[in-house]
Amino acid sequence: MVPLQATITILVALGALAVALTSDLVRLVIVSSAYTLLLVVLFVVLQAPDVALSMLVVGTIGYPLVLFVAIRRDRADD
Amino acid sequence: MTRRVRLALFGVAACGLAALLLWSITGLPKFGDYHGAYGKILNKRAPQERQTSNVVAAVVFDYRGFDTMGEELILFAAVMGVAMLLREPREEEAPVPEDPVRSDALRAFGVSFAGATLVLGLWIVAHGYVTPGGGFQGGVVLAAAFLLVWLAGSYRAYRGLARAPFVELAEGSGAGGYVVIGLCALLIGDAFLHNLLPYGVAGKLSSGGSIPLLNWASGLEVTAAFVLLFNEFLSERAVLIDPTRRPS
Repeated sequence: MVPLQATITILVALGALAVALTSDLVRLVIVSSAYTLLLVVLFVVLQAPDVALSMLVVGTIGYPLVLFVAIRRDRADD
Repeated sequence: MTRRVRLALFGVAACGLAALLLWSITGLPKFGDYHGAYGKILNKRAPQERQTSNVVAAVVFDYRGFDTMGEELILFAAVMGVAMLLREPREEEAPVPEDPVRSDALRAFGVSFAGATLVLGLWIVAHGYVTPGGGFQGGVVLAAAFLLVWLAGSYRAYRGLARAPFVELAEGSGAGGYVVIGLCALLIGDAFLHNLLPYGVAGKLSSGGSIPLLNWASGLEVTAAFVLLFNEFLSERAVLIDPTRRPS
């Protein structure tokens, strides 16, 4: 169990770094959605399926959608 | 301060932070090494006391049911706030713009996954107190099924499915239903939200007393809240597609 936890924790850390280093807004939303998917895997590995299920939808679909619409709206206003 | 000094300062601070983090991580208890008295008592007693094989559900909808009511009303209030902020400047009766998805691959994906996601969501809500899941988790999955109709179908198909009056009614019934179930216990002289139905046998759908009812109420409320949220944001997007709908 421990090697698996370590692997996915490192992947989450790398994902967070990728989010921090992405400068293009639209790309950032996609990257953070993928990062959330890594977090979901981490939750499953840490045996928290309840949290993983909520995170799966809210983090990877719901939140990016809201951000996309906000970015589009903001650009349309300019 | 020059760039070099800033970097040096950052280097020192980052090393200090890394050292502190590593120190605290090595001091963490082992995985699964849990010493909280409350959790242990619940794990031992909840399956017998409430006949639920998922102790989380027993905590959320029974032992700590009042707290969950608060969480549900927070979601209700938050989504109402979004709706009030975004809805005001728009024309309610404006025609829905055509926005079909033209990629066949995406359409095929949506057709095959929307139904499956809906069933999965219903399953997660229905078995919330038997296996991991419940009203909140199943509710967001159900809302995602609605979103798939938009992603792989069209905005018009989505609007036809998620009509505002029904979604609003569902959200209100979910939030109100939870409170009403709590008040029922008060009516017969028990404490608010006291579990008053027969507990049944753990592992079956008919178990946990009033936990299934509260679970379905929150499932309805969460699904409707998220669909309503998507509604508001997607109609913001519809305004962008069709500039004639923009408020002047």
